[in-house]
Amino acid sequence: MSDPKNGANGPKNGTGANGVNPDKDLNAQNLPGQRGDQGEIIGTRRGMFGANNGGDTSGYGGLVRTVRLPGATSRPYGGPGAGGAYGYFDEVADELEGALEEQGLLPENVIEKTVVDRDELTFHIAREYLPVVAKTLRDDPALRFELCTGVSAVHFPGDKGRELHAVYHLRSITHTRLIRLEVSAPDADPHIPSVVSVYPTNDWHEREVYDFFGLIFDGHPALTRIMMPDDWQGFPQRKDYPLGGIPVEYKGAQIPAPDQRRSYS
Amino acid sequence: MSTSSTSHATPRETTEGTVYTVTGGDWDEVVEAAAKADDERIVVNMGPQHPSTHGVLRLILEIDGETVTEARCGIGYLHTGIEKNLEYRTWTQGTTFVTRMDYLTPFFNETAYCLAVEKLLGIQDDIPDRATIIRVLLMELNRLSSHLVCIATGGMELGATTIMIYGFRDRELVLDIYELITGLRMNHAFIRPGGLAQDLPPGAVDQVRAFVKKMRKNLTEYDKLATGNPVFKGRMQGIGHLDLSGCLATGATGPVLRSAGLPHDLRKSDPYCGYETYDFEVPTTDTCDAYGRFLLRLEEMRQSLRIVEQCLDRLEPGPVMVGDKKIAWPAQLALGPDGLGNSLDHIKKIMGTSMEALIHHFKLVTEGFRVPPGQAYVAVESPKGELGVHAVSDGGTRPYRVHFRDPSFTNLQAMAAMCEGGQVADVIVAVASIDPVMGGVDR
Repeated sequence: MSDPKNGANGPKNGTGANGVNPDKDLNAQNLPGQRGDQGEIIGTRRGMFGANNGGDTSGYGGLVRTVRLPGATSRPYGGPGAGGAYGYFDEVADELEGALEEQGLLPENVIEKTVVDRDELTFHIAREYLPVVAKTLRDDPALRFELCTGVSAVHFPGDKGRELHAVYHLRSITHTRLIRLEVSAPDADPHIPSVVSVYPTNDWHEREVYDFFGLIFDGHPALTRIMMPDDWQGFPQRKDYPLGGIPVEYKGAQIPAPDQRRSYS
Repeated sequence: MSTSSTSHATPRETTEGTVYTVTGGDWDEVVEAAAKADDERIVVNMGPQHPSTHGVLRLILEIDGETVTEARCGIGYLHTGIEKNLEYRTWTQGTTFVTRMDYLTPFFNETAYCLAVEKLLGIQDDIPDRATIIRVLLMELNRLSSHLVCIATGGMELGATTIMIYGFRDRELVLDIYELITGLRMNHAFIRPGGLAQDLPPGAVDQVRAFVKKMRKNLTEYDKLATGNPVFKGRMQGIGHLDLSGCLATGATGPVLRSAGLPHDLRKSDPYCGYETYDFEVPTTDTCDAYGRFLLRLEEMRQSLRIVEQCLDRLEPGPVMVGDKKIAWPAQLALGPDGLGNSLDHIKKIMGTSMEALIHHFKLVTEGFRVPPGQAYVAVESPKGELGVHAVSDGGTRPYRVHFRDPSFTNLQAMAAMCEGGQVADVIVAVASIDPVMGGVDR
């Protein structure tokens, strides 16, 4: 659970028609995907049935849902099986902070925040420090994350100033541990330092992310498209890039293209 | 507009504007120089349509005589945008897509995806035991069929067509089991978030038992045919060399990593689906070559048979889908005249007697279930290595982003390290020992 002053007050600060704002009702277990006031807002979803351009006659146009990702966690971070007590997540965080201090870096400058959610530890790293952190995580004997499982990216157009997130999963075979690094870059300046020099396996993975998201990995030996044709325009996995498709006829009925179908935001 | 002239491009005016004609110049010199050079350095393009490049893989080889001096891969010919498509379907429909990624390991794709969705939902502990055991059973059968294809096609690429016939003969037995259990030989979409689409049909357990018995016998034939065969060993030993540091640098996992002597297997080191309770071994070799990988795959198949038997012994009657009716598919599926569909009893109920059940069915089938916002990473040990799924939800009924870390994609990067400095003919052996499947590489 995150900072208690951020909410967790239950229904009494509700503002809905019935005195309850379900979005702020932490006890509303039957409402899926609600986090009350906690977490980090990355966007809002409006309406229903995908009618976002006006002309909504369904009556659901007034629905507003705030999307909140899990927010920063405070100590102890715990770990799998630790049950909220001191676990291997704390060990990794301690070692990493110590190793960064040894290199003359302030951990609070490097690690923007630490999130523990669903038994997974995520360090949000300031992008300029990513290669240093990766090298430290790989080389420090107490950390020793030998295996990088590549980089995935997520595009959050609603997360202003940090629209593009690059997500790295690092596995330590020595200590049988798994952590996640998350780095963000704004759409206006989509640059992240490459970690190919630390983890050569990320060569193709970074090319793939560049190909699909347009994230430029500075220092990559040959950042070219890998899946799409070399002369392709645009970055297909971005949220503003349409899926495309044509309507098809099935048993006499017109089935619209997948991105034109009814959606439940 | 002024027209400037260079020595190799003479301008001339036409009705369409100025046209420059690029002519000769240094091209003649280039050709002459190439003709004079006495080395035999040429660049060979192999694929993307070549019988021994494992699907639409393109290899660009720079060769000097018979020696490969540089090797590069061109991939993307089978990119189908599955990850993008997933963002436009419900979480349940996602299995239909992911099963088509690495089409030789469909159950691993499905299981990894479903485990990630279940982790996002926080229902890992609610999955019925029977569903988990059947998942393990199917995954281990799948490991057999995948390794059999690897050995079969690998043999064929060496010219050993008997191995190919043997491999596909035995794989057919596994596919028959798939067909009995899921109705399909490939692209099953049988494992669903929350459990399975269906329970095992009558006779499945007996057929799997008979298969295990038969397969035990058949596996010895590979030993007799290939393991000690001097021609086979001559082509495989010392080929596709990649040592431990090379494996870790290129991120190679699975048989490639274990052939370098490191017994890293996620089923042991980071168990999922209750693998910690099964009795099996993780074989390794220290030869770092294609022959070692072949031996590993044979041994892994034996270990898989052990796990399959343990699964059969553990099967107890029970549900195969999570109890939560907000997630579980509302109907029992039944075989009708037009294929598998909702059972007639269920249709009679929702159409005739219970409007609430009809509404619930409609909502769950068309809208799907919502998944709390957040992200999860789940990895399983596929026959090729670490198959990781990074799934992100924004709280909606569709995945916000799903990324597959496919082991074929990562392992294929090691191709250059394995092939450079070797013979052209050995490139095929090295690539076959990585066992890349382009459906997984390109997605």
